[in-house]
Amino acid sequence: MYSLFPPEFFKLTIPLPGYLILSAILFTIGVATFLFRRNVITVFMAIELMLNAVNLTFVTFSNHFGKVDGQIFSFFVMVVAAAEAAVGLAIILMVFRNRSTLQIDDFDTLKN
Amino acid sequence: MDAKFFPQTAELLRFLPEIILTIAGTLLLVLEGFKKDEDSRSVISTLAAISIGLAMYGTVVAYDNPGMAFSNMLVSDGFAAFFRLVVLGVGLLTVLCSTSYLEREKSNSGEFYVLLLFSLAGQCLMAAANELIMVFIGLEVSSIASYILAGYIRDDKRGNESSLKYFLLGSFATAFLLYGVAWVYGMTGSTNLQEIRVALDKGVPSMTMVSAAVGLMLVGFAFKISAAPFQVWAPDVYQGAPAPVSGFLSAGPKAVAFAVMIRVFQTAFGSLMPKLEPVLWVMALATMTIGNFAAMWQNNIKRMLGYSSIAHAGYVLVAVTSNSATGTAAAMFYLAAYGMMNYGAFAIVTHVAGKGEEHVTLDHMKGLSQRQPAVAALLTVFLLSLIGVPLTAGFFGKFYIFKSAIDSHMYWLTALGLLNSAVAAYYYLRVLVVMYMHESESTEPVEAIPGGLKITMWLTAAMTLVLGVFPGLVLDFATKFAVLNK
Repeated sequence: MYSLFPPEFFKLTIPLPGYLILSAILFTIGVATFLFRRNVITVFMAIELMLNAVNLTFVTFSNHFGKVDGQIFSFFVMVVAAAEAAVGLAIILMVFRNRSTLQIDDFDTLKN
Repeated sequence: MDAKFFPQTAELLRFLPEIILTIAGTLLLVLEGFKKDEDSRSVISTLAAISIGLAMYGTVVAYDNPGMAFSNMLVSDGFAAFFRLVVLGVGLLTVLCSTSYLEREKSNSGEFYVLLLFSLAGQCLMAAANELIMVFIGLEVSSIASYILAGYIRDDKRGNESSLKYFLLGSFATAFLLYGVAWVYGMTGSTNLQEIRVALDKGVPSMTMVSAAVGLMLVGFAFKISAAPFQVWAPDVYQGAPAPVSGFLSAGPKAVAFAVMIRVFQTAFGSLMPKLEPVLWVMALATMTIGNFAAMWQNNIKRMLGYSSIAHAGYVLVAVTSNSATGTAAAMFYLAAYGMMNYGAFAIVTHVAGKGEEHVTLDHMKGLSQRQPAVAALLTVFLLSLIGVPLTAGFFGKFYIFKSAIDSHMYWLTALGLLNSAVAAYYYLRVLVVMYMHESESTEPVEAIPGGLKITMWLTAAMTLVLGVFPGLVLDFATKFAVLNK
């Protein structure tokens, strides 16, 4: 496996825009998933994906500046995302118990 | 940045309200476990009310010790104190209102108050945040607790749905806000509001990316204040959540989201405000118009108040658009006044709705003036104030907002805003007509108003009228601390 690539390959570093473009792509995938998927769990995963895209951006810039604060921010984001996941899954569970469905289109009790 | 490991006492005092609320919340959570039977739990609501009172005192202490705290992450100034008092006031009303509500719905437990205290701690943190990451943390602490509060009645399908929608859209919005923060950090090298301002003055690698980041943050804030085109969640959430919680959500988190928006945009992005103005202009107009026109077709009172809260967010956005000290003061006054009158209206709905919140449509308001004259009279005060009739707080709120808009030469927005408030009068007056001119169809005996609910109604009505006669009580304080970009 190692011999497939020349040794120089492993010394290459991906330039800064590469990470930022990746994080932008991840964020966009998250937004698209949120808007177009109809299952609550998938929609919830989309939000987590968006938050992780943000983390990648923070860490990239932190590395670029040579400061640690961006990495610390990404820890804050992780902690909050974990709290959000705990509460979010509890809410989803509660909804599922009362309605036995996870399709977003079925949640239409509240309307004009 | 001089790094001191242990914060100074003054710094802790500037953070006192949050400390009090967090400790009280944690202690109550433990205490709740020892109270096995439902009856003895009423002590928890009393203790929660006392802790909020203590946090108000903490706010005064923080206000007496102005300055920065924790490496400039927080700032204790008059602006922060104002919004801390507003949200704590709304929190206190929520406690008063909820005790009897939760007993009626057979869901009286201590967690409700604990979550409320944590949510308030987050909101106080937001009001004092001087740093984008602190804004995010405050916002999330406040929101995560409110998501649960919205679905607190676990077996109620409406509450479930409201909670789920609030959670999904709220987290979605926060992710946008956070992505904006990440890019601001990348472009300016800091998340501190003053440092961002300095960095923007010096020049940044790409102004386009800064504008895009501010746009992303604006999306996040617009969701939280329910501004168009990100307002769709608000009516659903306010309709489905328990009535005292709907009142809380429409007054507290919204006021403090506005506070953060004003502080961030005026302190850090003051140089970008001229560029943002057209965006805010359109957003303000769209928010007012959508809110008011949608509210006209509603038959459910809670949903109508939800749309009306969108419209009111539009009025406050007019003040934000004017981007001046008078505009900020007007927004502060309006948010305080709106908190009072809207909470009052939701308190009435809490009472009239009855067990299981069955009576929430316009038909159930028929003949309320004969059945419960005092309740009808109080609701009249709140509705007149929401319309903006003189001698009520709502009148001066709208007056100062449109005055600040005229001072900033936004004549079209003022004219369209005034037209909007005329349209709004229709759906508020419709409730009055139903209350006073229709015969009641119900033959059920009139329920007595529980004590806490009664206090909430009379207190908010009194505040609405007092502010309508002496607006200076609040406005003078607001004007004194409305200048932020220093």
